[in-house]
Order: sequence, then C-alpha cells, then structure tokens
Amino acid sequence: MGIKTLKPQTRSTIITYAIVVGAFVLVTILDGLGLISHSLSGQLVPICAYVSLAVSLNLVVGVSGELSLGHAGFMSVGAFTGVVVAGCMARAGVENGILLFVGAAVVGAIAAGVIGFLVGIPVMRLRGDYLAIVTLAFGEIIKNLLNIFYVGVDDAGLHFSLTDSASLGMSKGTILINGPKGAVGIEKVSTFFIGIVLVLVTVAVVLNLMHSRDGRAIMAVRDNRIAAESIGINTTKYRLMAFTVASALAGAAGVLYAMNYSTIVPSQFDFNQSILILVYVVLGGMGNISGSIISAAFLTVLPEVLRPINNYRMLLYAIVLILVMVVPHTKIYQRIADALRRRFRKGDFDDAPVAEAVAEEGGEAHE
Amino acid sequence: MEVLTNLINGMSLGSVYAIIALGYTMVYGIAKMLNFAHGDVIMVGAYICFCAVSYLGLPAIAGVALSVVGCTVLGIVVERLAYKPLRNAPSLNVLITAIGVSYFLQNAALLIMGSDPKSFSSIISLPALNLFDGALTISATAVLTILACVAIMVALTMFTGKTKMGKAMRACSEDRDAAQLMGINVNSTISMVFAIGSGLAAIAGVLMCLAYPTLMPTTGSMPGIKAFTAAVLGGIGSIPGAALGGILLGVIEIFARAYISTQIADAVVFAVLIVILLIRPAGLLGKPVNEKV
Repeated sequence: MGIKTLKPQTRSTIITYAIVVGAFVLVTILDGLGLISHSLSGQLVPICAYVSLAVSLNLVVGVSGELSLGHAGFMSVGAFTGVVVAGCMARAGVENGILLFVGAAVVGAIAAGVIGFLVGIPVMRLRGDYLAIVTLAFGEIIKNLLNIFYVGVDDAGLHFSLTDSASLGMSKGTILINGPKGAVGIEKVSTFFIGIVLVLVTVAVVLNLMHSRDGRAIMAVRDNRIAAESIGINTTKYRLMAFTVASALAGAAGVLYAMNYSTIVPSQFDFNQSILILVYVVLGGMGNISGSIISAAFLTVLPEVLRPINNYRMLLYAIVLILVMVVPHTKIYQRIADALRRRFRKGDFDDAPVAEAVAEEGGEAHE
Repeated sequence: MEVLTNLINGMSLGSVYAIIALGYTMVYGIAKMLNFAHGDVIMVGAYICFCAVSYLGLPAIAGVALSVVGCTVLGIVVERLAYKPLRNAPSLNVLITAIGVSYFLQNAALLIMGSDPKSFSSIISLPALNLFDGALTISATAVLTILACVAIMVALTMFTGKTKMGKAMRACSEDRDAAQLMGINVNSTISMVFAIGSGLAAIAGVLMCLAYPTLMPTTGSMPGIKAFTAAVLGGIGSIPGAALGGILLGVIEIFARAYISTQIADAVVFAVLIVILLIRPAGLLGKPVNEKV
C-alpha cells in the first residue's frame, strides 16, 4: 500500500511524526559528524520547547479558533512548579535525570492544566478580541504574582512566602524560587532526546484529540458556534477542553525549557514570549500541526543563523516577519502563483481547489 | 491630601493612557485590527522630540510639533506598506504584521539611538505647583497632561461628529462596503485614522516622558498594552469609552501602587479589567453585538 492510497488525514499524521523523528535522526547524525555548531546545539532543547508550545497553542488558536495572548503564563506555571518538584525530588535523593524530568513535567503539566481550567471558566464567557485581552491579562497577572513568590525546602518540608526569602523560616534549607530573581539552582536535566520525546507526546495528544469525536466537536464550534449549539454540542465545555489541554501541554513544555538553564526569572515569561509563540502558529498555518513544528524550529534557529550580522539580526527578523505576511497578499505574487499553478498542476485539479476554498472559509471564521 | 495627590497623579497617568487608547480604539473601529505597533509609535514620538530639542536646539514646542508631524507620516507610511495589502486577509495575519512592525520600530530605534536610556527631564522640565500653603503639591506636568487629554477629547468628538471626514469615518466603521457604495474613499479614510492616531501617540509619548523621564527603545510597549487594556475596558471602538477606560485604569494603577504594593500594581489593574469584562462583556460603554445566524 503506497502513501498515496492512504486517507489524507492518516497521511498528514504520518508525515507529521516523520518530520519530528527525521529531524531527530538528522541532528543526531550531524552532531556525530561534528557538523553542529556550539551555539546551535545549545538551541536544540529550546527549539523542542517552542515546538511543543506552538503545537499546544495551535490547539487553542487554530483548532478551537480562540485568540490566546497568555500562553507564556501557563508555560511559567509549569516551569516554576516543575522546578519546585525537581528540587524536592533531588533533595529526597533522586539522581536519575529522566526520572527527575518526568516527575517535574507531570506535576508541572497538571498544575498548568488546573490553572488553565480555572482561568478558562471566566475566559470562555467572552469572545473574540475580548477573550484575547483577558488571556493577556491573566498572563501578566501570573507573571506579577510569581514576582512576589518565594519557595524554599528543608527537612521539615516546603515553605512558602509572599514577602521575602528571609520570612520562609528555614534553618538549613535551599531556596527554590526567589521572587523576582526567579528559580535558582535548577537541576539541568533537559536533553535533546527528552525534548523530542516531549514533542512527540504533545503532537500525539493534539492530533488524537483533533481526530476524535471531541475534536470534531471543537472544530464545529470554531466554524459555526450557533450551528454547533443547535445540534446539541455544549460549546463552553469543548472550548474549555481545548484550552485546558493546551495549558497542560504548555506547562510540560515550560518544564523542558526551565530545566535547560540553571536560572529562570518570571519576567522571561511575559507578553512578548506569548506573542512569539503565536507568531509560530500563524506562520505555520492555523490548525496545521506540521506547519507549527516547522515554523517554530525555523524561527528559533533564524536569529542564531543571523548572528554574524549581530546588530541587524532582529531588524531583519522583523522584516522577514512582515514580508512573509504581506507578500502572499500582493497582486504580483498572486499573479505569479496563479501562472505557476496553471503550468504545473495540469490535470491535477482533483482536490486542490476544494482544499483552498475550505482554508479560506476557515480563515474567515476567525474574524 | 495624600489621597488627592494620588488621584491627580492617577488622572494624569490615565490621561496619557486615554490619548494612546484613542489611537487603538479608532483604528479598531475602522480597520477591525489590533494595532500592536501603536505603543512603539509613542516611543518614536518621544525620541523625535528628544532629538529635536537636545541635538537641534529647537524650543520644546517646536520639538512637540515636529514629533507630531513625524509620527503622522510614520503612521501613514506603515499603513500603506504593511497593512493596506492585508485589507481582506484574516485578522490574525494583520495582527502578526503589526507585531512585525512593532519589532521593526523597536530594533530600528535600538540601532539609531542605542540601548542606554535617555533622560527626558534634561530637555523639558516643568515646575511643581504648591497649593493650600504647600499642603498639596501638584506637578505642572500632571495639570498639562489632564488639560491636553480634555482638549483632545473635545476636538476629536467635534471632528467625528460635525465634519464630513468624521462622518465618513463613522460610516466606514459601521459598514465598510456600504460606505464605499455611497462614494466614500475607504482607503483614504483609513489612512486618515492612522494619521490621527499616530499624531496623538506622539503627543502621548512626550507627555508620558515628562512624567516618567526615562526613554528607551522599549519604553512604549508596556504603556501600549495598558492603553489597549484601557480601550477594551471602555468598550473598544468607542471614543468616550477609551477616555473613561484610560482614566479609570490610571487611577486604579496609582492607587494600587500607593496602597497595596508596587510589585503587584499591574496585577491589580488587569484583575479589575477581568472583573469588569465578566460583568459587562462588551466593556463599559461598548454596545453588545447580537449575533445573526
């Protein structure tokens, strides 16, 4: 059975997994040959984290059709919870890196999922740009609260404080989260392998959800809320489901990101971070999982590749971003694209126009 | 008296938010887009004024005029190059383009002006006013800011209500296609809105730097987000709503800083926004839109 005879859905699923596994194999081989520069190999774990974040945000923005501007908030909830869990586990004598990570990631994901659920209840009462601004507000609130959050651990257990590290009341403990100075002394256990596994888990969760009955309900709510409601779909439930799952996955990605560094600070997870993830999703295509993977990886590497022209790289990044968005809508581009399509797609008109029409309608539904 | 001082400071900060929020709300009303680059136009305006006064030696008022002209031109150029081709694209694409423009302006400013903060107080500084035998001290900046906000509000309400251009703007925000059929040039109307919004942003930039005199390439981003919040709070698309939302937000922020904690003042501001949106999902003065099947 060739790949052409498969259902389009199965085909795209296989291609998505193949991209991730292929990237892992390719990078491992190149690394073995010593072809990967030091700065790039330092980027491998963040790339995996951003890919997971983009895929999970795509569940909210692309699949569920809600604009969320606070994804970094859930990432930080996961990151800081994970750091505390890993700190406690390390103190209890766990040394295995993978075990530390799994413990941290599971608890981090649960914490972020719970926060996402609680945030989602009020958020899902709103729509469109109002929903966007409230997610932005929650992201900022989480960042602000983490700034006054102090956690330490000693033999008596965990200590919390909202004023300063001295009032934790510990005798011989370690400070895990130190207010605006962030989480310190993190166990650096994240590796590229763990990152790829997390990406695969994230992709599997999102794709399985999308292709399930629940996923179809979520997409029905996106495409036409009133029609979905009239056939008995509980719209709030399904929107909340997408939001909560995405938050939990963002939490796990946050753990991966945090455990790649020895220190993280709350101000890293600000509005700009959320926007960065949103850019990956929009650039990769709404609801398109492999698109999110590729654009997140590409856009994380781009500033590194542009490092030789250090001063101008962010300026160039901005220009690339604008051009990628604007050029497909210019008349010249459309004319060239039409001409090319006519030249190369002769006799292959079976499904292309239909797919385009559907994509266009999907785009309009978000407005 | 401390309460009164805080109230006046809050209203002054709120006036700046209100002026910025006007730009957001007008652009949203007519082009249905969230212009995330608006905050960075504030920063550009403040830099133009700073350069005009400190490098060219112009008087402060000429510096302000120059920055208004500069930002107006910037607004029109950005709209023409980046947003106009996307008139019929999905709104998220326009949002990402606006973010690209925001990055571009910030990094261009970083390259031209450097990352070290510039002190605005060295070029323009106004004395403080003492009232009631020194019991109440108000900075002249605060008074000037509030007056400027009131003047702008009145002028803008008159403009949208009485003039032909204002009527065209309202028609475009009501129904763009119908307005076009009535012979209104939609493209030039949208350009006009961007021009007005950006010019106002320049004034807001100068006023903000009078009160908080540190000028950096990232100066505009946080006030931009707060003003966006203010516009939503008041009901996005509504001009009086933007003013009300801005002033409310400024007062809440200053009171939260004074009586709760400086560290979580922003959290309080955003929490108030969420509570208000839950009670009135379309903002304070926004009209709820009924969905049609």
